[in-house]
Amino acid sequence: MTDQTNATGFDWDGPAFQSQMKKRRRSQIRLKLLGLGAIAIAFLMLMLLIGSLISTGYQAFTQTHLKIEVFLDPEHVDPENPARGNYRQILTDTMKVQFPEVADDRAALRRLTSILSNGAQFTIRDRVVANPGLIGETVQFNVPVSDDYDQLNKGLIDPETPEAHRRLKDDEIANFELLKDRGVVTKPLNTALLTNADSRFPELAGLKGALVGSFYALLTCFLLSFPLGIGAALYLEEFAPRNRFSDLIEININNLAAVPSVVFGLLALAVFLGWFGMPRSAPFVGGMTLALMTLPTIIIATRAALKAVPPSIREAALGVGASKQQVVFGHVLPLAMPGILTGTIIGLAQALGETAPLLLIGMNAFITSAPSTPFDSATALPTQIFIWADSPERGFVSRTSAAILVLLTFLITMNALAIFMRQKFERKW
Amino acid sequence: MFDVQKPETAVDQTAIKIAARNVQVFYGNTQAIKDVDVDIQDKTVTSFIGPSGCGKSTFLRCLNRMNDTIDSCRVEGEILLDGQDIYAPRVDPVQLRARVGMVFQKPNPFPKSIYDNVAYGPRIHGMARTKDEIDEVVEKSLRRAALWDEVKDRLDTPGTGLSGGQQQRLCIARAVATRPEVLLMDEPCSALDPIATAQVEELIDELKQRFSVVIVTHSMQQAARVSQKTAFFHLGNLVEYGDTNTIFTNPQDHRTESYITGRIG
Ligand SMILES: Nc1ncnc2c1ncn2[C@@H]1O[C@H](COP(=O)(O)OP(=O)(O)O)[C@@H](O)[C@H]1O
Ligand SMILES: [Mg+2]
Repeated sequence: MTDQTNATGFDWDGPAFQSQMKKRRRSQIRLKLLGLGAIAIAFLMLMLLIGSLISTGYQAFTQTHLKIEVFLDPEHVDPENPARGNYRQILTDTMKVQFPEVADDRAALRRLTSILSNGAQFTIRDRVVANPGLIGETVQFNVPVSDDYDQLNKGLIDPETPEAHRRLKDDEIANFELLKDRGVVTKPLNTALLTNADSRFPELAGLKGALVGSFYALLTCFLLSFPLGIGAALYLEEFAPRNRFSDLIEININNLAAVPSVVFGLLALAVFLGWFGMPRSAPFVGGMTLALMTLPTIIIATRAALKAVPPSIREAALGVGASKQQVVFGHVLPLAMPGILTGTIIGLAQALGETAPLLLIGMNAFITSAPSTPFDSATALPTQIFIWADSPERGFVSRTSAAILVLLTFLITMNALAIFMRQKFERKW
Repeated sequence: MFDVQKPETAVDQTAIKIAARNVQVFYGNTQAIKDVDVDIQDKTVTSFIGPSGCGKSTFLRCLNRMNDTIDSCRVEGEILLDGQDIYAPRVDPVQLRARVGMVFQKPNPFPKSIYDNVAYGPRIHGMARTKDEIDEVVEKSLRRAALWDEVKDRLDTPGTGLSGGQQQRLCIARAVATRPEVLLMDEPCSALDPIATAQVEELIDELKQRFSVVIVTHSMQQAARVSQKTAFFHLGNLVEYGDTNTIFTNPQDHRTESYITGRIG
């Protein structure tokens, strides 16, 4: 060993140094705990939200059905014109067979028939119209029950509460129990939630109209804002001269991104509907309104992505004699594309969840069929949630939560896609 | 003014490729290049040396009008390529850059395949149209850049996957592919290790058979090794220009001497 002396006299174990170090460590730990606490609270809130949505919404993913043998009486359906048959009567007859003892009591019979959803007659009608050969035969159907019985079957109506306080009377509950004992009550997956359009009856209401409406609106929004946004950003970033005018534009685009969405809704109401007389409630107009909001987002994301392309790539291309256009469209834009697409997806995800501007242009109308073109009246997912949340029927409570879960699924998928793209195409220069 | 040594005493009688007269360059209001006169010979390696910030890159970038891309940059004076003013209105800077190629400090291959990197210039200038023609240009350029043997089996792998030295030679191949008459190199070895540097220097020596090469370097040894002519810049002035040997062994200006002996820079 060499001879070393502690010339400065520094003492690692000295009290001064020790207390200083302890203080530093303590503040470090404090900071760490604060950060962890913040994350924990945020996570807890998220869990709380999703948990409450699932606990109320899961009921909507099943629907109580009744298995019935239906005699398609030729007396009530004309084979020449099966669409106009008296299917209500056919169902009444079916219930009469199930409960022969009330056959003559019309009031009791009506109450029995009300176990079935109001839509059951249409289920049968559609099948017969598709296949008129069935007339005169007995066919098995699996039809939804009406909302009250669905609630009962799911345990949301408690038979123990006093009769006056519940929607189903004792005899109705007894009838349903009878059906249950016969094994004709089933509770399959509620596919109608996605394949049906809106309805006054919760057991028939589905999101198809809202899904198609949202799809058309987003498509319109994308087709408008993507090319316009990229064009504007390209011009501002690559071609526009830097002067007071371009600064002004830049500031205003940033301001535009911060404008509350309801303002865009008012603007659309005044301009698109008021001046140009475009149809109310149309997803196309909704998409145009959403494009107003998405445009600044896409412009800002595109400019950031263009700026992030290293200057060395531009120099390389210019250095071999590429023109400005060739540099921009051949090198810079393709390299910026992943960033642009990520920004676009995030912008579209925001647009998908946007409610206020769509309410203003009437996309909260009650419409019982899915739109077949973007110009038909329709709702969108968030406005559908708004409508259902506002409906008094019990069955809409769980359906509202279920619709929110569907919307969240789309949003999370889109954001996950954006993150995936960002990671996949992230480039190390 | 300063006693700038005029280059009319050229030892080898090669033609003058680029002639600069009274060149001034401004970035906004600050002058980066003052009154530079220089004649650059064909089929010769000319090196620009000088302390950092003295304007070597700025002047080099005037020679292919790369400075046009900087908004605040303004160039005055005359720069003649084969007797024609490259700043004349009828001259297209894009076409000019195909004739005066450039290699940068940091290797900057496109994030495309090796093949596409080299083929890019010939393609956009319509120099090679058929697949065979392009294949031929790519091979010839990669051979000139002494890279062919190393990459001929993986031409479709990304150019960014090569080592630093290989990337720089790929950039040289890419510049060479447009058949330029002059090749400008801005500190082409400063990001490379000594072995890759030696390879690139060897390559530069080869290249001067066909092109006039102008190289900016901060290494005086490198200037001494590769160049026949040397220009010493200081604070935006061209202080001294002449045969490399003369500059290094018998500098005329005291600033050149100070720089070479390591007192400024
Ligand atoms: N784009 C630019 N804008 C403004 N000033 C610049 C720019 N590029 C270079 N300069 C200035 O010009 C001078 C010369 O720079 P440069 O040519 O890069 O020097 P060198 O290559 O010799 O180190 C420096 O003072 C530098 O600050
Ligand atoms: Mg430089």
